[in-house]
Amino acid sequence: MLLKTFTLGGIHPEENKISSGSPIRPASLPGTVTVPLAQHIGTPAEPVVAKGDKVKVGQLIGKGQAFISANVHSPVSGTILKIDDFMDSSGYRKRAVQITTEGDEWLETIDRSEALREDITLTREEIVARIKEAGIVGMGGATFPTHVKMIVPEGKKAECLIINGVECEPFLTSDHRLMLEKGAEVMVGTRILMTALGVNQGYIGIENNKPDAISLMQGLCNRFPGIEIVPLKVKYPQGGEKQLIKAILNREVPSGKLPIETGCVVQNVGTAVAVYDAVQKNKPLIERVVTVTGKSLKSPCNLLVRIGTPVSLLLEEAGGLPEDACKIINGGPMMGKALGSADIPVIKGMSGLVVMDVRDAKRPRVYHCIRCARCTVACPMGLAPYLIAQMAESHLEAHAEEERVMDCIECGSCSFTCPSGRPLLDNIRIAKSKVGQLMRTRAK
Amino acid sequence: MANLLTISGSPHTHGDTSIKQIMWGVVIALVPALLVSFWYFGIGAILVTVVAIISCVATEYLIQRFMLKEEPTLSDGSAVITGLLLAMNVPSNLPWWMVIIGSVICIGVAKMSFGGLGKNPFNPALIGRVFLLISFPVAMTSWPLPLQNRFILVDAVTGPTSLGVIKEGLGKGDAISTLMSKVPSYTDMLIGNMGGSLGEVSALAILLGGAYMIFRRIITWHIPVSYILTVFLFAWILYLVDPAHYIDPVFHLLAGGLMLGAVFMATDMVTSPMSPTGMLVFGFGCGILTMLIRVWGAYPEGVSFAILIMNALVPLINKGFKPARFGKEVKHG
Repeated sequence: MLLKTFTLGGIHPEENKISSGSPIRPASLPGTVTVPLAQHIGTPAEPVVAKGDKVKVGQLIGKGQAFISANVHSPVSGTILKIDDFMDSSGYRKRAVQITTEGDEWLETIDRSEALREDITLTREEIVARIKEAGIVGMGGATFPTHVKMIVPEGKKAECLIINGVECEPFLTSDHRLMLEKGAEVMVGTRILMTALGVNQGYIGIENNKPDAISLMQGLCNRFPGIEIVPLKVKYPQGGEKQLIKAILNREVPSGKLPIETGCVVQNVGTAVAVYDAVQKNKPLIERVVTVTGKSLKSPCNLLVRIGTPVSLLLEEAGGLPEDACKIINGGPMMGKALGSADIPVIKGMSGLVVMDVRDAKRPRVYHCIRCARCTVACPMGLAPYLIAQMAESHLEAHAEEERVMDCIECGSCSFTCPSGRPLLDNIRIAKSKVGQLMRTRAK
Repeated sequence: MANLLTISGSPHTHGDTSIKQIMWGVVIALVPALLVSFWYFGIGAILVTVVAIISCVATEYLIQRFMLKEEPTLSDGSAVITGLLLAMNVPSNLPWWMVIIGSVICIGVAKMSFGGLGKNPFNPALIGRVFLLISFPVAMTSWPLPLQNRFILVDAVTGPTSLGVIKEGLGKGDAISTLMSKVPSYTDMLIGNMGGSLGEVSALAILLGGAYMIFRRIITWHIPVSYILTVFLFAWILYLVDPAHYIDPVFHLLAGGLMLGAVFMATDMVTSPMSPTGMLVFGFGCGILTMLIRVWGAYPEGVSFAILIMNALVPLINKGFKPARFGKEVKHG
């Protein structure tokens, strides 16, 4: 059978899914948690608690402010230690609430039973309101507030929902494990999201390197009509929203437009589970599955972690930070961000931690561009990375706009494939930020 | 925290392709053609190859070390390729000092003066060949006959190439049929049993190398296929129009440096376009120019000139033929 995939570009990095066989287990509760108030794209939440307040698990501690914003809830029970600026995964110091853990007392309204609740009783508006209340954001790493994505703009029509179970990043296995262990919850979550959008068609895209997840989910399809499992050919970056829509529906999101132009809304597997928890169990987003992995780690694993837990604690659960470790990546090795310290807290969008040793983290020596065109062949957006990077190096960023630099999804395929080891994406990012500035000044 | 953490932008992993890997891949692809020419031309061919490689590598090293004062990048193998390709483009009895001059022009003028690997607009080996052709026209166009001269270094028995025979004959007004009896059979041309420069001999060995490079993803099919196809179609149309004055298309494919040019010279990544459509246009242009020179030009062979002229057009081609962008079509299903 010919498997579906996207057509333009793409690469095949080594998969390294070493933690895929390790079942999700809860991490031990941290002594203190640091919960950033800006774990999402958009306006940071405002704290609604003060120093010394007692909080329970699931209690609102930060309220979303503008249209694009998200609520933040307490992941533990205990006392508010302080509200101050702490370094987060971006490397900047941002406002966060620090809480000392005392016991594990949950809000009474949260249904903590394991029983599956399949029936969807709420209306579209009620579901979106519940998602908003629960502070759910894109769990794949983009952290865009989910309720905003569920509001279809005036004049546009949603035709289908796509659930992203691709997990094309090397090393990461959290979505894979979620599908294996919480397949039914993923399905119910998908049905809820479909109800909220008012669509009858849902797709779950899964890459062919997870045959167990594909067959398990396919087995569940009878119980959940309207959902189709789409096995996909393994190719990076298939988990990119635009690439996934292309792969499943053969539709292309126009340059500078949102996926809704193609009638699709894309949500991550983790988001679907969070939506299930919020709508069926009244549980806000206070914990998530994090893959802790790396070639030199003693026991790579998938952990169910409370938001705000310091990264160092997770590394201890995986056998401690190895001697030769020199890079900790928030996310996968292709698009993840290198962390500046192991004290940084887990946030809603942290799908994995990848530890790299000196040898793997070292960048190759940079030579001249030999114009081999591998970057143009690899680019999934059909750009000419060598040219945009060259423009950035020569301070000609304005020209990069014509080369559609803003279409770049920063997947890193160009840098990955460059035989001269050139930091193409680094330079493209520079061009992107300059062009972004230009566009903003023009809009004013 | 004992470990000092490294911060850098993504991606944090690299695909392990390197210039070295690509360049030595090209060298491997050249081996069949090289062995065929050693077989037919003997020690002369070996000598020319060795001298060309050593002088190319030495020129690059000396320029990088003493003129540019930068760390030499010999291990990337690109100078070795230039040397090999220059050797492929000259007759096996070319005096060693001419080979050295050619190599110095290749590396010194065509490559390093533009800034080294990746910066040169023209194919270095072809610049060297054209320089030698213009400077030493007699030495560059007297081709030792195959097999007979394997153990002779000087005073080899020479003869013209098949393309030369045809061009001269047609100029005198001879009929194609009489001229065809003077050139080697197509089988001989295919396996390489004919006079010519080192790499012009065996179409089969060159194609084998090309297949290897496409398999290893060093080159793509676009340039060789469009180049060879254009030459074939051009020659075929002429042949259909007037078979008495134009030789059949198969001859054009097997004779001269077309195969070497289409597979190894035009595909030089530094001097060819960046997008697949651009590559097709480039190959098409090379094909047209080659045939124009072969049929109506002053030289019997036009591959080098055709590729060099198209090299000059690469920046324009890159501007005109961008890669296919994502998100152009808006389809509603």
